[in-house]
Amino acid sequence: MHIVVCLKQVPESQNVRIDPKTNTLIRQGVASVLNPFDYFALEAALTIKDERLDTKVTAITMGPPQAKEVLMDALSRGADDAILISHRAFAGADTWATSFTLAAAIRRLEPVDLIVCGKQAIDGDTAQVGPELATILNRPYATYVKSFEFVDDSHLKITRQTDEGVAVWRLPLPALVTVLKDVGEPRPRSYRATLRARRYEIPVWGPEELGVDEDSVGLKGSYTQVVRIFSPERKKDRIMLRGSVEEMVDELYYWLKEQRVPGL
Amino acid sequence: MDYFLTEEQRLLQEIAYEVTREWIRPVRAQLDEAEEFPTRLLKILAKTDLFGVCVPEEYGGLGGGVFENCLVVEQLARGCVGVATSFAASGLGAYPILLFGSEELKKKYLPDIASGKRLAAFALTEPGAGSDVSAIRTRAVKSGDEYIITGTKQWITNGGEADVYSVFAITDPTKGPRGASCFVVEKGDPGFSFGKKEVKLGIRASATRELIFDECRIPRDRLIGREGMGFIIAMKTFDKSRPGIGALGVGLAQEALDIAAEYARKRVQFGKSIISFQAIQHKLADMATKVEAARALVYSVARYLDAEPKDASKYAAMSKIFASDVAVEVALEAVQILGGYGYMRDYPVEKLLRDAKILQIYEGTNEIQRNIIGQELNKEYGKKKETIL
Ligand SMILES: Cc1cc2nc3c(=O)[nH]c(=O)nc-3n(C[C@H](O)[C@H](O)[C@H](O)COP(=O)(O)OP(=O)(O)OC[C@H]3O[C@@H](n4cnc5c(N)ncnc54)[C@H](O)[C@@H]3O)c2cc1C
Ligand SMILES: Cc1cc2nc3c(=O)[nH]c(=O)nc-3n(C[C@H](O)[C@H](O)[C@H](O)COP(=O)(O)OP(=O)(O)OC[C@H]3O[C@@H](n4cnc5c(N)ncnc54)[C@H](O)[C@@H]3O)c2cc1C
Repeated sequence: MHIVVCLKQVPESQNVRIDPKTNTLIRQGVASVLNPFDYFALEAALTIKDERLDTKVTAITMGPPQAKEVLMDALSRGADDAILISHRAFAGADTWATSFTLAAAIRRLEPVDLIVCGKQAIDGDTAQVGPELATILNRPYATYVKSFEFVDDSHLKITRQTDEGVAVWRLPLPALVTVLKDVGEPRPRSYRATLRARRYEIPVWGPEELGVDEDSVGLKGSYTQVVRIFSPERKKDRIMLRGSVEEMVDELYYWLKEQRVPGL
Repeated sequence: MDYFLTEEQRLLQEIAYEVTREWIRPVRAQLDEAEEFPTRLLKILAKTDLFGVCVPEEYGGLGGGVFENCLVVEQLARGCVGVATSFAASGLGAYPILLFGSEELKKKYLPDIASGKRLAAFALTEPGAGSDVSAIRTRAVKSGDEYIITGTKQWITNGGEADVYSVFAITDPTKGPRGASCFVVEKGDPGFSFGKKEVKLGIRASATRELIFDECRIPRDRLIGREGMGFIIAMKTFDKSRPGIGALGVGLAQEALDIAAEYARKRVQFGKSIISFQAIQHKLADMATKVEAARALVYSVARYLDAEPKDASKYAAMSKIFASDVAVEVALEAVQILGGYGYMRDYPVEKLLRDAKILQIYEGTNEIQRNIIGQELNKEYGKKKETIL
């Protein structure tokens, strides 16, 4: 079984500030880390490897040269291989261009039985890359997966968390899943894997290696462009009600009355 | 101080400390309060490969020695000596098999202990036999292809939680100390059950429990080494494990120093941070000096023991006494530096003090260690040709 895990490097801080003049993220002085949800993607893949010994886990990321760090981290926790997809031409990619590029890399890694992504990236936050990637590669996918097990060698039984409740699906492989933190507690680095990672040369793939046209990736290959990014204004008119239902209803009633809501 | 560790040794330290920082520190107070066995943490540790630190590579371990084990347990002890003891006791339980077991026993048990899949324990102490191990009464009688074990072991770390037990029992009561032997008993063997679970002053995350053998039948090939080698196996095991107790002391003392120094810089009284008072600075200076002295002794002894010297017991005892005494002294001073806050459960130092005490008691009390050193000195000086007086 070959599993590819997609990892994204994101700014460490949860509340990254936006430069109001250029509308871009202020990345200066902010360390880069692995997208927190992607730890669970990696854990999901490694859990399968724990149980099915013939499993190979390949971690990939598209990003600047320093994104290598998240791959080193993945190798230190037990991934078998890692590929850095990095080139100036990839800069400024929107979700389509990101997915298109990742898809090209995965095609080169075939056969791939399962692709695992995080639920979403904490900076871009779109949760689109997983589904787009599956669509480009023409594979079935399931998002918000909280647990999974093998029915047989070519089928997964997955449990999805949706707003309405929980859905249990049978997913034929090859497929893609995006996972929630319920899949398992991310493991620590292991001694052996870390020693191996330190001696591992991570290959870097650019448009040439992927066999894609430079115009179809990065900013040039993007259908969308960010016009403006801004922090929403804080709404100040919130009140928090506490106590028993009766007390809260009373309090709400008087508050509405004070606001001179018609009819009260 | 730089101890000129190799890349591999530094990595062992780093990984063990990561577990302390990310996993142990956040839950140590909770585990202590609830007297909860750290099953989840030991599973995490299993994934780091560290359980195999001193198991040879051919049996799935990392092939380290006493020194590497010390580096690991020191870092874990900065997190919690209760958790670190549970971890270290598995190594203690494995040592008899590792040092004296047949090839079959090694192949059967060591890989699973090294991977952390199975936890081990070491069972020597009995109600009537603490420091005086020769007083053990548990009996093992050979019957056909089996041994039948009857008796009770007391205060066994990992009791009930471990899957593999190195158990000491008398095979020939007429032979005195040469009548004891050591066996591997597995959880689930017929006639083997668990009794009283102890409630303790410290290391409350660790399990300390009674083992009951009621005509427990085990296959004959579970004998470790030969009949009569029991106490030799126990002593050789202690020679390997005692520096590890010293290392637990170093880790605990380091944590106490780190917390005390950080606190002393933050706590303001009389308009100044208390670290500006010379009385506090001197306390910290003594603590730091003792921690470094203990570490230097433990590391040099551990490295020396890995060269398999003849006079191992004396040095193993020294490293255990010195570092465990330092742990108690430094933890006590840390409580003093934190004042009333140090006495409260809201801060981690009162636990350090409660945990430190065990290091002077288990794996041979510090009085027994001094006996070992004293007897060795008497022998050594008796043999010396050159005299000064
Ligand atoms: C603030 C901000 C706003 C943006 N707005 C838009 C926009 O409006 N429209 C648009 O098209 N693009 C936008 N992008 C740019 C960019 O498209 C995304 O950052 C990037 O394509 C990934 O999308 P995402 O961050 O939403 O990831 P998600 O789709 O949320 O990520 C889901 C999962 O996909 C995988 N993944 C994502 N990126 C990578 C990668 N580079 N390498 C490997 N695996 C990866 C990971 O497993 C991740 O957990 C924006 C970026 C930022 C930082
Ligand atoms: C938390 C905990 C975990 C333990 N885990 C294990 C385990 O995993 N496996 C195991 O086999 N045992 C274990 N033990 C037992 C431990 O090793 C013994 O408690 C220890 O060896 C001391 O024995 P004792 O408690 O019976 O004290 P005693 O032997 O009764 O000693 C009482 C006091 O007398 C002193 N004393 C005794 N004899 C002499 C002497 N000849 N000279 C000077 N002073 C002397 C002692 O130092 C001590 O101060 C554990 C104990 C504890 C408390």
